[in-house]
Amino acid sequence: MTCHPVARPIGETSAAVRTVAVIGPPNSGKTTLFNRLTGLRQKVGNFPGVTVEHHTGHIRDAAGNDVALIDLPGVYSLNPKSEDEKVAVDVLMGNMPGSSRPDAVILVLNSNNLSSHLVLAARVIALGLPTLVLLNMADELREQGGHVDVLSLARQLGTPVALVSAVTGEGLFAVSNFLSSSAPVPEPLELPVVGNTRSTREWAVRVGENAKYRRPATPVWTRRLDGIFLHRYWGAVIFAVVVIAVFQTIFAVGQPLSNLMQSALDATGVRLGNILPHGYLNSLLINGVWKGTGSVLVFLPQILLLFLVIGILEDSGYLARAAIIADKTMSRVGLNGKSFIPLLSAYACAVPAIMATRTIESKRDRIATILIAPFMTCSARLPVYTMVIAAFLPNRSLLGPFLGTRALAMLSLYVLGFLMAVATAKLLNSTVLRSTDTPFVLEMPPYRWPRPISLSLRLVDRGKAFLYRAGTVIMLVSLLLWAATNFPMHNGQPPAVQDSVVAKVGHTIEPVIRPLGFDWKIGVGLLTSIAAREVIIATLGTLHGVDPESHASDLQAALHQELTPAAAVALLVFFAFAMQCMSTIAVVRRETNGWKWPAIQFAYMTLVAYIAAYAAYHIAGRLIG
Amino acid sequence: MIFNVMFGRKKQPARQANALADLQVGESAIVSDIELAPSLAEHLMNLGMVPGLEVTVTRSCPGGDPRVYRVEGTEIAMRRDLSRHIHVQLLGAPAFGD
Repeated sequence: MTCHPVARPIGETSAAVRTVAVIGPPNSGKTTLFNRLTGLRQKVGNFPGVTVEHHTGHIRDAAGNDVALIDLPGVYSLNPKSEDEKVAVDVLMGNMPGSSRPDAVILVLNSNNLSSHLVLAARVIALGLPTLVLLNMADELREQGGHVDVLSLARQLGTPVALVSAVTGEGLFAVSNFLSSSAPVPEPLELPVVGNTRSTREWAVRVGENAKYRRPATPVWTRRLDGIFLHRYWGAVIFAVVVIAVFQTIFAVGQPLSNLMQSALDATGVRLGNILPHGYLNSLLINGVWKGTGSVLVFLPQILLLFLVIGILEDSGYLARAAIIADKTMSRVGLNGKSFIPLLSAYACAVPAIMATRTIESKRDRIATILIAPFMTCSARLPVYTMVIAAFLPNRSLLGPFLGTRALAMLSLYVLGFLMAVATAKLLNSTVLRSTDTPFVLEMPPYRWPRPISLSLRLVDRGKAFLYRAGTVIMLVSLLLWAATNFPMHNGQPPAVQDSVVAKVGHTIEPVIRPLGFDWKIGVGLLTSIAAREVIIATLGTLHGVDPESHASDLQAALHQELTPAAAVALLVFFAFAMQCMSTIAVVRRETNGWKWPAIQFAYMTLVAYIAAYAAYHIAGRLIG
Repeated sequence: MIFNVMFGRKKQPARQANALADLQVGESAIVSDIELAPSLAEHLMNLGMVPGLEVTVTRSCPGGDPRVYRVEGTEIAMRRDLSRHIHVQLLGAPAFGD
């Protein structure tokens, strides 16, 4: 069966099935199946008002009609206690604003875990919608000596049942057959009482027995691998190796790729600027729009790379093991093991890290991780640290060639960010986001080879999600900043920085930042660095009439005149804690589907940065003078 | 017990394994009761931790916590503070309590 996408006018659709919901427990291969059925004809969005994402796609039935598939979150049951389950129930009942009740349901179960998964089947079938039950991963069932009588199961459940494999493609014709039939409402032989999990479980076992269900044994090599990966010593060693590999990939591969992209975009921008006639439009298009687009695209290499790595770790099954190993340490601050990889990647850049928090199922833990991720010293802070430290701290060696004063200062800033992250996590744990009601329980999937197609589809998906939702915000802020630095214009020429709107704002906020030892020029730098932290260097360079690239020492000298050593310390501390990255704000907004959390985060971090910088200014002032 | 009292035998300390947390790695038992909030108990049951089924402690992770349990072929990792609330009955344990 092929699912090649061909557009069809809606008016030609017959009275057959139109919208079908796809539902299934986690670890049932539902996503792989959905991707297989819809391919690239899918898009991602958020359900209104919640952080739950949904994918919608299109598929052709056997008669050639177009059917919309909506992918519901992975749920074990339909208890409206968790957000995911509530969303699933709302959609299936037709209560979700913006979507009508689906015409049918495709239920995806893992044929290797039937007793557990039939519990969801009972709930879904009880809703009375035409249902197709797919027993997925039939290839694994067969290879590992399992067995099930599909006809018997179909009779007991009163719905069509098919053994399929999303990976090999077998059995999928059942889907198109189901979609083009005028599917009847299910008539099961018996269903357990809704609400009682224990009796439902017993019902599931009975049904399985009647269908001669034989569960395959856990593959021996999964157990053997776990013996190594979760070994008391070797497991920890392998974990460390994987962690370092992730870190290295992001820094040694992702960062250079990003820089490459940046220079390519800049060079193209210059060429385009030379082609277009000079003037206000040129500036708008090149410095505004093109630069804005560039500031979005520059994140793509790191996002895609990180998601590739995480995709491999997740699909292979190792991510669950890594989360378990990391859990002991993470639970001490009220987080769970799944926060580890996102927080680690935040050391490179918080943007892909925050997107990576979607692997954390618990909403509470996910938001807590998102809130503390920007405290990890990201690579954009490094140029600022380097410049300020180099300007004010002579390099003396403390431990021979191993440690100098400058390296120590840098290290202290890393530690500072880390400590604040831990403190914030603990603060959240005892106040706003208590972790008492979401304990750490993790189902460990068997080890599998990751599938390239699956991975690629996921990369396309994440890339699109970032570009459309976060990209638009970043672009907007970029244009705003362009406007602020390029107005008011005189005879079509942009003003000198000192006379522009942003400078006026800098002057306005000067009284507020004076207690930190900053003047209006630093103020302007703080404002422009909202675009990206390292922009402050270019801004200060422009304000002092110095090119930071070629005359770094001149800029350092200029900084000396502008800041006292104590103020320099304050500036470093401010940068360590402040949320000065609009891209981060944009991504937080996208991942939490609202402005509430980014606003809270911005306010909190600005407050922490201000107070800490104030304290640093005065304490350093007393120590250094 | 009466036997021991009658013959003056010193009562041997019975192997008490009340909860999942008390089991050693490699031991099996039958899940008897889940002493947790209903939504949490339900989540565990959905994963496969159902009263009446046999659970085995598969392994302990580096550090001793969390531990991995196998029930009905599904492997579940759980922290100690949670496994303390899942009551089990050792295989071959006497029907009346000691």
